[in-house]
Amino acid sequence: MNIITVRRISQIFFFVLFIWFCIVSSFGEKWWQLRGWPVNWILQLDPLVALGTILTTRTLYAGLAWALLTMVLTVLLGRFFCGWLCPFGTIHQFFGWIGRRRKKFAERVAANQYRPAQAIKYYLLIGLLTAAAGDVFADFLHVARQWPMIPGLVFAIGLAALSFLAIRKVVPNLKKAVGVLVSLVGAWLAVGMFLHPEALFGVSLQTGWLDPIPLIHRSVNLVLLPIVDAAMGIRSTSPRFYVGAWTIGAVFLAAVLLNFLVPRFYCRFICPLGALFAVLSGLALWRVGKREGKCTDCELCENNCEGACEPFEKIRSSECLLCMNCLDACQQAQMTYSTARSAAGEVSGPNISRRGFIISAVVGVTGVPMLRLSGLLGANWQPRVVRPPGALAEEQFLERCLKCGQCMRVCPTNVIQPAMAEAGLEGLWTPVLNFRVGTSGCQLNCVACGQICPTAAIRPLILDEKLGRNKFASAGPIRMGLAFVDRSRCLPWVMDKPCIVCQENCPLSPKAIYVQERFSTVRDGVLTVKDATPTSVELCGVAWIPGQFATGDYFCKPASGGDEERRQIVECTANAVTIAAAKPWRVAPAPGSRVEIQVHLQQPKVDPRVCTGCGICEHECPVSGLRAIRVTAENETRNRKHSLLL
Amino acid sequence: MTNPQDAQVISRRDFLARAAKAGAAIAATGVIGYWLYDRTGPKAQTVTELVSLPDFSLSRVGPKMSIITGAERVRTIDRAFAALGGIEQFIKKGDRVLLKVNAAFASPPALCATAHPQLVGEVIRLCYLAGAAAVTVSDNPINDPQSCFRLTGIAEAVQTAGARLVLPQENYFKPTTVRDGTLIKNWPLLYEPFRGVNKLIGIAPVKDHHRSGASMSIKNWYGLMGGRRNVFHQDIHNIIKELAMLVSPTLVILDGTTTMISNGPTGGSLDDLKQTNTMIVSTDQVAADAFGATLLGKNAAALPFIAKAAAAGRGTADYESLKPARDHVD
Repeated sequence: MNIITVRRISQIFFFVLFIWFCIVSSFGEKWWQLRGWPVNWILQLDPLVALGTILTTRTLYAGLAWALLTMVLTVLLGRFFCGWLCPFGTIHQFFGWIGRRRKKFAERVAANQYRPAQAIKYYLLIGLLTAAAGDVFADFLHVARQWPMIPGLVFAIGLAALSFLAIRKVVPNLKKAVGVLVSLVGAWLAVGMFLHPEALFGVSLQTGWLDPIPLIHRSVNLVLLPIVDAAMGIRSTSPRFYVGAWTIGAVFLAAVLLNFLVPRFYCRFICPLGALFAVLSGLALWRVGKREGKCTDCELCENNCEGACEPFEKIRSSECLLCMNCLDACQQAQMTYSTARSAAGEVSGPNISRRGFIISAVVGVTGVPMLRLSGLLGANWQPRVVRPPGALAEEQFLERCLKCGQCMRVCPTNVIQPAMAEAGLEGLWTPVLNFRVGTSGCQLNCVACGQICPTAAIRPLILDEKLGRNKFASAGPIRMGLAFVDRSRCLPWVMDKPCIVCQENCPLSPKAIYVQERFSTVRDGVLTVKDATPTSVELCGVAWIPGQFATGDYFCKPASGGDEERRQIVECTANAVTIAAAKPWRVAPAPGSRVEIQVHLQQPKVDPRVCTGCGICEHECPVSGLRAIRVTAENETRNRKHSLLL
Repeated sequence: MTNPQDAQVISRRDFLARAAKAGAAIAATGVIGYWLYDRTGPKAQTVTELVSLPDFSLSRVGPKMSIITGAERVRTIDRAFAALGGIEQFIKKGDRVLLKVNAAFASPPALCATAHPQLVGEVIRLCYLAGAAAVTVSDNPINDPQSCFRLTGIAEAVQTAGARLVLPQENYFKPTTVRDGTLIKNWPLLYEPFRGVNKLIGIAPVKDHHRSGASMSIKNWYGLMGGRRNVFHQDIHNIIKELAMLVSPTLVILDGTTTMISNGPTGGSLDDLKQTNTMIVSTDQVAADAFGATLLGKNAAALPFIAKAAAAGRGTADYESLKPARDHVD
């Protein structure tokens, strides 16, 4: 079978597999729903996810070890992931093919020439990784403070090495080299000794912005599937909504449409994962190249070249995506994929400048502390950022969250939403709970988000831990926040209307919402008695709607003096009320005396020791605009500093 | 001004053709404008087609009730029907039955916040035994619908018993208005499951409810409402009365095997439950609830919605007048 056909089968297979994993990340028990499908597998194969989280956390979380396989294969084979596996790459290749179908040969070859701007992806990779590597730098500087001997040792070894190299004439200018060594070690010592390295750097995992695998998951999970599903209505019974999904869709659409400008635009210029593979592929044992022999200079090899790696001349191996189109196109069978280097020569390694490297590293290193000047991790933390149950404290959360949208996808109630501005730029598209969207609040007996999270930014809770039961009883339940009753909007508190929907729906036992019983005299409710019987009172100067006070919530009592208890009104005409016959007045109110019409109110209050911030109350509150009971992140268990309890 | 020498020569034929095209375009603009012209703008409210539920009650059978004590739901419900002369009294061959269960919350059956799956499964089995052509089970729960039906075990019971489960979807709701009502006006009703149905059975547990005093058979119909139905809690007793006016079931099954006596209607703990070992089947939903109140240790008179529903002619609070068949099964 032709190598191109094999590649296409592989691309289609992994693309379909990816779409399948997105589809089956749905709540339910059907075979096409969550049935233990390895829905994170493609994310786990992504070494940028693994490398990013290793830099931020110095651990390799569970399934992310799959990335080792990808790295090993890349070191052996080159960028097979880009050309054979990446579902985003497959989309680009398809649209690139559409875009160039009608183009002339010369135009196609021109579109596939290497451009210096292809170095941008390396700079992006460097910036994103240095932003994630703050702790590594801090540790490095910390060494100088803790053990000043070590920089001295490094200096001594460096000096010896340079001298040796100078004698061997490898280093032409010993004076200059020693100068560089002195200033580097000096800077290391100075910064380490006199500054607080921990305070200099922040750690932020922002690779998910551009890493194609989280990007395509996010785009399919939160934009494409909801649109398709709303039209088909198969997967979920109610349409899914995602706040600000258009921003995710716009990035996706732009990336796809840019293929009409230059094929594989995203892969060639932007993709930081591709850049990482490019660096690794420098070691590759097998590579594409020309063999010795007669080249007719026809340039057919560049007609469909996906990577713009110029196989016709000195091939730029780091740009080669292993699409194998050149092997197929060459009429002389000049192109090979073998362990030998190209006979025409190779340009190996990424074409990046020292200056560009330093600039992107500096942007990456300084960017995070700059973003954190907003104080969102400290005093200016945003109470609207209510994270899913089991989410780590914000700083650790930002070290792990990929913004892949898997939690938002799997959430059965659609209550997990991508953050827009509330969590800061670092927190864009990270999961927050929005209790107005979706079919309910966070379900008491559900831990799906933490179970699916590929990086444990949301810890994989079990139900006992979420609910604080059995061996977790002493720790108590996981609290996402706390419900606050807005007494300026709540019907029983401010409008004399009975309600307590929030109390009814609180899923906890005992309920976190309890009520304060109160009788409130209604508007214009102090009235003069015209006449009365033991079970009824006729009143002066009223024209009620019949039945108005006969809902079971209204009572009548003498305004003052009398020792009569309030009696429940069972019937109400335009100007008279009837009280229950079972409990008549002992002494009927005298004509001319005053009585009051009162409404029985149950006013909700929240017990912060019980409330977990699930938000079901907020979801159900009949004040449907700005809810009269709202959950904010105070009292969340993930950060003790936000605790309200003594 | 155009210099006469510069003027292009135009043929008559060409001019006429262009004039005709321009004329047609102008005429088309005019016609479309006239056709779409709207002088008054949109009306304040669009009139929608209202639906209403048929009367599912059987006048032929008359008011009947049975109260069976025992701890096993399957046995008590079997006996409860047997005491009324068999379910064949209500379900005939070829009937299409809708079971409106209470599946309001996503909580396990042990917590008794929802209709018990064993009971639902047994009723489906009895319906098919009596010759029912189709049995549908539905509810519009408060929590996430899929989670509710799954966690309560009802979905599995329905599947096992071979009935059809209908989860609510937006387009399944049609507006309805209750005759002589004041609250349910042009309000979305879960109508789709009723299509083609000629028998309706309500299945609900007996539960404490802080706002209304109790959640039983009549309040179970709340689950047929759509929209932001929670606004009706402002007038809870009248809305329950209007639910009784909205729905005339073939019969209701009130499950008092385990009663939720506190922290209702969600419960959430076994401490909220009390073993009361009673199963009620009644053609009169008001009578069923009046009896159910006693399981909660309450008097029907303390629940204004019962008197209101009775006054609206939807049944009697004096359940003893139905001469309920009583029995006990171990």
